[in-house]
Amino acid sequence: MGAIAKIILQRLGLGLLTLLIVSIVIFTAVNMLPGDFAQLILGQGATPEAIASIREDLGLDRSPIVRYFEWLGGAVRGDLGSSFAQANFASFAGADTGSGLSSVAGQIAPRFANTMFLAGVTACIAVPLAVGLGILAALYRNSIFDRIANIFTLSSISSPEFFLAYILILFLAVLNPILPSLSNIYDGMAFSERLEKTLLPALTLTLVVTAHMMRMTRAAIINLLASPYIEMARLKGLSPMRVIVKHALPNALAPIINVIALNLAFLVTGVVVVEVVFVYPGIGQLFVDSVKIRDIPVVQACCLIFAAVYILLNLTADILSIISNPRLRHPK
Amino acid sequence: MSWWMWIIAALVVIAVVAYAVRWVGQKATGNTPFFRDMPFGVAYGYVAGVLLLYWIVTTYIGAKLSDDPIVLNKYFFFVVVIEGLIVFAAAAWVFRFLGRLVGTVGTRKLFRSMPLTASFGILTILIYAFAAIFAGWLAPYGQEAILQGVAANIVPGGNPAMGGNPDYPLGTDQLGRDMLSRLIYGAQNTVGIAFATTCLAFFIGGTLGFLAATLGGWLDQLLSRAVDVLMAIPSLIFALLLMTIASVWAPQLGIPLTVFMVIIIAVIDSTRVYRLARAVGLNIVVMDYIEAAKLRGEGLSYLIFKEILPNAYAPLLAEFGLRFCFVFLTIASLSFLGVGIQPPLADWGTMVRDLSQFINFAAFAPSVASAPLLAAGAIALLTVAVNFVVDWMLQKSSGLKE
Repeated sequence: MGAIAKIILQRLGLGLLTLLIVSIVIFTAVNMLPGDFAQLILGQGATPEAIASIREDLGLDRSPIVRYFEWLGGAVRGDLGSSFAQANFASFAGADTGSGLSSVAGQIAPRFANTMFLAGVTACIAVPLAVGLGILAALYRNSIFDRIANIFTLSSISSPEFFLAYILILFLAVLNPILPSLSNIYDGMAFSERLEKTLLPALTLTLVVTAHMMRMTRAAIINLLASPYIEMARLKGLSPMRVIVKHALPNALAPIINVIALNLAFLVTGVVVVEVVFVYPGIGQLFVDSVKIRDIPVVQACCLIFAAVYILLNLTADILSIISNPRLRHPK
Repeated sequence: MSWWMWIIAALVVIAVVAYAVRWVGQKATGNTPFFRDMPFGVAYGYVAGVLLLYWIVTTYIGAKLSDDPIVLNKYFFFVVVIEGLIVFAAAAWVFRFLGRLVGTVGTRKLFRSMPLTASFGILTILIYAFAAIFAGWLAPYGQEAILQGVAANIVPGGNPAMGGNPDYPLGTDQLGRDMLSRLIYGAQNTVGIAFATTCLAFFIGGTLGFLAATLGGWLDQLLSRAVDVLMAIPSLIFALLLMTIASVWAPQLGIPLTVFMVIIIAVIDSTRVYRLARAVGLNIVVMDYIEAAKLRGEGLSYLIFKEILPNAYAPLLAEFGLRFCFVFLTIASLSFLGVGIQPPLADWGTMVRDLSQFINFAAFAPSVASAPLLAAGAIALLTVAVNFVVDWMLQKSSGLKE
């Protein structure tokens, strides 16, 4: 077990290093803005005094390196700075004490929970569906079922998320009013109601990610079917289903787990568009809104969170594929 | 929540029917191998498929024969989808048939082994390319022209009784611009910009990837680590972040935001191209003919463009198709979110966003609701077509059969 622990620690360290460099990239990108935040908040007609006041408030008069470490230190402690959008402008004029800025962390936390709920519901539907369909497609390969599934998955992989979302809205919300087309979720909602409102966005995301996972499951199983031990199992007279589930699937597990984790990471990106379509109050919606009004601290924070989740899931994929593969577990 | 009870009931009924069908088949045909060896799953699949087909056909005929506006409206899109599928399949079949008759020996051979999906893909790509190149001649009106004396929001369909106008077969948008013209110009703008971006991404990623593969050493290490970091950020998120910054810079520098978008997406996507180009290049660099060229004293550019590039052609071409899809979808998503291609230009993503509210009218005025779906469908159709062709190419080159 010592070898595994060492490998996992190594990967964790590498992931942490990547995240650190990514945070530098994000910070540098944001600091490439012309002028500075103070000008950006107050617009062109601001008086020099007001700008100087905000600069001092936000600590913009210090060097970028100092500000980077402050931002990073804050982020580690869960303090992501203050949002511009909900700023109380009276405080900038000097009439009020205190910064008058609402905290980014306070804005993001509830929305992050909502997004995680959406991603969780999606994963609960998509993963069993994809693996099940993938096994079926491998079992009945080259049949008409396999061919139709191939066309269907290829189409749903390549369609834009908003197209799938509107198609689902059209058929499941407007023409046949089964599910609500808007996901207005608030605190203190009953779980079943919340689930019902999340179902349509979750189904959209399911369509996007299931296709890829299913194709990989099918390919991973079919790759193994030429191996001698599968031939052996067949010659023993096992049923095709048993050959695949008992003999092929365990060995195909590593690539399947890998692709599941990668697709969950892909959900992070896909969630942005879907949340906008369904007006789902998640972090993606917040991110797009902040991009539009150029609320830099929120954009910066959301970007860091998205990148962290993405790196974490990729890391999980990496570690799981090492654990599930004895050849990687005991490197020579 | 009674609808899912119906689904479960339907699944159980299918299971029972499937069991019965197999049993009857075994008894009626004297236990022929077809029924004797049939697993329950296959019987289930047959019954479910037949029921689905039956439902589709009866619903289609019912919707076609009905004069009840409620039924007509409800199944309008269903009928359109079925007819669209039939028309596309027929067009693809005719196209493949023609391809087998005319052309050189090589192309005829190509068409003979082509599945219907691939011929559909090629046909669609050709139509899009035609529309994009000749948009200026094809479109009846200008893309930015707000037509004088024409109402805004004319309903698509050209039926005056429903609020349409035969002069504007697909209606007009919220500002009174002709939808058909904007859709056609959208092909030019959206597809053209995506194509240019992909080319730029391939130029950057391909050149750097081959350089890294040929030179190796510290340059390879530096580029590869930089690419690792850039790939650790989800691409749409990174593009949105950079677009925020670009949207501040653009008016100050007087450069259109679209130019920034092209560069940003090209750089982000070039990381993926770099990975592939480097991997392919590394396999080629160790070949004997590269060694020979090096001993001849050929320069670096000769090595890359005359020796490596021709041999890396096939995988790069397939990657170009896939990359184009990703770039195209990214641009469409950015435009849909309101930070991509900017308003005066006609663009499908923006059109979907602007018209999306009309989808709620589908229950009583389906032609109104089709407006946003037309633009979204135009995007989906092209990416699906490209994917079909790439899938076929990959299958052909890898020779994957079982």
